[in-house]
Amino acid sequence: MDDALTAPLRRLPLRDLHLSRGARLVPFAGWEMPVQYEPGVMAEHLHTRASASLFDVSHMGQVLLRPRNGLEHLALALEALVPADILGLPEGRQRYGLLTDDSGGIRDDIMVTNRGDHLLVVVNASMRDADLAHLRDGLGQTEVQEVTDRALLALQGPASEAALATLVPGVATMRFMEARVAPWQGSELWISRSGYTGEDGFEISIPSVAAEAFAMAVLGQPGVLPAGLGARDSLRLEAGLPLYGNDIDRTTSPVEAGLSWSIGKARRPGGARAGGFAGADRVLRQLELGARRVRVGLRPEGRQPMRAGTALIGPDGHVGHVTSGGFGPTLQAPVAMGYVDATLAAPGTDLTGEVRGRALPVKVAPLPFVPPSFKR
Amino acid sequence: MKFTEDHEWLRAEGDDLVVVGITEHAAKELGDIVFVELPEIEAMVAHGDEVVVIESVKAASDILAPIDGEIVEVNAKLTENPGLVNADPLGAGWFFKIRVDDISVLNDFMDEDEYQEMIA
Repeated sequence: MDDALTAPLRRLPLRDLHLSRGARLVPFAGWEMPVQYEPGVMAEHLHTRASASLFDVSHMGQVLLRPRNGLEHLALALEALVPADILGLPEGRQRYGLLTDDSGGIRDDIMVTNRGDHLLVVVNASMRDADLAHLRDGLGQTEVQEVTDRALLALQGPASEAALATLVPGVATMRFMEARVAPWQGSELWISRSGYTGEDGFEISIPSVAAEAFAMAVLGQPGVLPAGLGARDSLRLEAGLPLYGNDIDRTTSPVEAGLSWSIGKARRPGGARAGGFAGADRVLRQLELGARRVRVGLRPEGRQPMRAGTALIGPDGHVGHVTSGGFGPTLQAPVAMGYVDATLAAPGTDLTGEVRGRALPVKVAPLPFVPPSFKR
Repeated sequence: MKFTEDHEWLRAEGDDLVVVGITEHAAKELGDIVFVELPEIEAMVAHGDEVVVIESVKAASDILAPIDGEIVEVNAKLTENPGLVNADPLGAGWFFKIRVDDISVLNDFMDEDEYQEMIA
């Protein structure tokens, strides 16, 4: 029997706060998560793009990697699991990376931060245990420590900088993917200028005991409202960002997924440390020759969303399927992403999607649907 | 006004017409509605047929015909403005009007008190 069906749901440190703000809690990846608050997904989405929203993402795994023989050794060991350039990641910087498997599939997508003498890795909730085991297997001379006493909050949207800077002076000068440690009322915050909505914003790790007071302080700032997983999903979809388990998994490679940009120059053919990661043969071959299918953006005609699983049909039959799809509140139109044959991946290509037994027109579109507003 | 276990409301109009929509409770549960597909006018439908498709930001749902009859009018405003279902589910957010043989069929459904008890 699947553990997810039998194990009790894990509760967030901020559960009481969510309930007091009218959250609807639903099971997600073994956690009881706020999917929306009173205003609803559409309003929360639009508020995030216009102002700022506070998301509780404490279900994601925070993992500290402490080397026993220097950060350089750890970085090189991690590069055997991840095609990103970890050795070249400067202190105080964060980088997106993929854990690959031996056949070049994606085990998970992660964020790696260089914190001077160690690394902080953030992993997806659903992959937390598997990733921990994989990291322990792969990083022999490293202490792999799961952080279990901290909440993780994401403050996203154009008003985020002003809101956080009021509480934590100095964060306004941080750039996209910069990370630092800062004090707040005696607690240590781990802050990065990042997120998964396409908006400028911050992710803040805070000791669970101080999380409620901190969240209240953030929500007390002008223009900040709580938002749930529902809005986070529609925001990341509009931003063209893949969701692990939907858009990327072990059956998709980094090149197919359109995530080749996360493969560092040093890790590519001709680079200083070319290859050397799990599945490198296949991934580097695809990098050179292209993949037979690729992840693309999709714009269904009309207003009806095309959900995950929708079959996509080209001139000669089945060409792929939708992996994420819904309604984009910013665009006021349905948006989706999925995989299609590489020959049909050019933006503007007309396909049809099979929705409830009917063939509906859909066009391949460039990603992202909504341009990001990161502070680079 | 009468109510079904599927969270539809039914309102008699004249001698043989029934207006059908969904309840406030249902509209709230579905969340922001972004697409409504309405039945064809003059379609003959039977109790339990899928007659309306609703897509919210979360998921797709079907509305089943609560009674046998002929669809005589649909709320075309919902095609352009599906949010009317959330804004005014019992009024401007109605879905369709169905002609029935015998309006007394409405007696078989819950009244408001019974419906409120069911969702409580």
